[in-house]
Amino acid sequence: MLGRLAARAAGLIGGLFAAHPAAAVDVPPNRAEAMFHVYDGGGMSAIGPALLVRKSLADRVSASASYYVDAVSNASIDVVTTASPFKETRTEFGVGLDVAVRDSLISLSMSASREPDYDANTVSLDVSQEVFGGMTTVLFGFSRGSDEVGKKNEPSFLDTARHWQYRVGVTQVLSPRWLASVNLEAVSDDGYLGSPYRAARVFGAFVPERMPRTRSSRAVKLRSITAVGEQASVRAEYRYFWDTWDIKAHTFELGGSRYFRGTTWLADAFVRGYSQGAALFYSDNASSETTYLTRNRQLSAFSSFGIGAPVTYAVASLPARYAVTASGAYECQRFDLRQFTDLRNGQPYAHNAHVLQIQVSASF
Amino acid sequence: MKRLIAIMAAGVLAGCATEPWVKPYEREKLADPVMQLSRHGLLDKHREHVHVVREGARGATGVQGGGCGCN
Repeated sequence: MLGRLAARAAGLIGGLFAAHPAAAVDVPPNRAEAMFHVYDGGGMSAIGPALLVRKSLADRVSASASYYVDAVSNASIDVVTTASPFKETRTEFGVGLDVAVRDSLISLSMSASREPDYDANTVSLDVSQEVFGGMTTVLFGFSRGSDEVGKKNEPSFLDTARHWQYRVGVTQVLSPRWLASVNLEAVSDDGYLGSPYRAARVFGAFVPERMPRTRSSRAVKLRSITAVGEQASVRAEYRYFWDTWDIKAHTFELGGSRYFRGTTWLADAFVRGYSQGAALFYSDNASSETTYLTRNRQLSAFSSFGIGAPVTYAVASLPARYAVTASGAYECQRFDLRQFTDLRNGQPYAHNAHVLQIQVSASF
Repeated sequence: MKRLIAIMAAGVLAGCATEPWVKPYEREKLADPVMQLSRHGLLDKHREHVHVVREGARGATGVQGGGCGCN
């Protein structure tokens, strides 16, 4: 019985490969991107340049390098109520290697982020594989992060944090004009997961926050994009997130893209809604002593809403030789932190934020 | 039970052998930039960073990959 089953299964597998000879994938095309980004909101601004260069080294191998700077000026609500405004710069370097093997793309990347009091290093491996005659793309990925946490003006403070990320994804061609994908990611953290500067509040008095040293989270995201006519598309996305700190979050995004003047202009527009519940140990002003306690508003129950519009202009192109595009994107965000009191006026804290991005890209 | 498993395995594998219902020559629209879920590399990465440092949720963004199945 088992022998017959094995023979039948082998026959079916053989038939599968015979029916769909491997259509080799290509490595990502040669590309250079330069971006300038601005975030301004809630008393905090972060600006800086970013660069990305990708070049094929051989027929089936492509290498990439990236550089990213965040020049931060921080006078956010926690800083002005419990500390002093400060400025600092975060710099991130990344390198990557993509190798195409038949119908698989193997991507190895490393990044290093440096701040005066926080160093983070990450290594990632992702493998995407086309199956069913290119109708389905399956992705498996893993990242390992290792951080060193310090504290300004206190050299004796030094701690570490480690992160493990496991992700899988499937993108499916549903029709000649419709794609859908599902992505799952599990993240585990171990080590110092708070901020050495942040204060919590107990009976109105400020005390150092006390954070758990482990966290595990899961997220699942569904996406769909459909062509509308010959010049446009619409997309919808939803993500559900949950973790061992009892945070549950929903993210919705709806967007559309459309060409104008032939394919010279490509305009997008999107709306994004986000809502999360609070961590078990979050309190705006605790009325009892607990093992863990934070007043990190990122872990409070809040909602945000964003609306944005990226636009891309085709500057110049020569088919099969090169293409140069210029892009600009603006997004306005509104944060309503209903569990976080603005100590300056006793009201729930809310603020707007603006994100501006300008980018020039060349593919060659 | 063994027979049920055998029928299920055969069914699953037979499903694998299904002809692609969208032929390669019908995927031109799927390769158009207007159909890309993520086409601004640095812009998308920065936008993801803006969200992850301000929200409790993280992961499954698809920014790091996922492919489009339209190669």
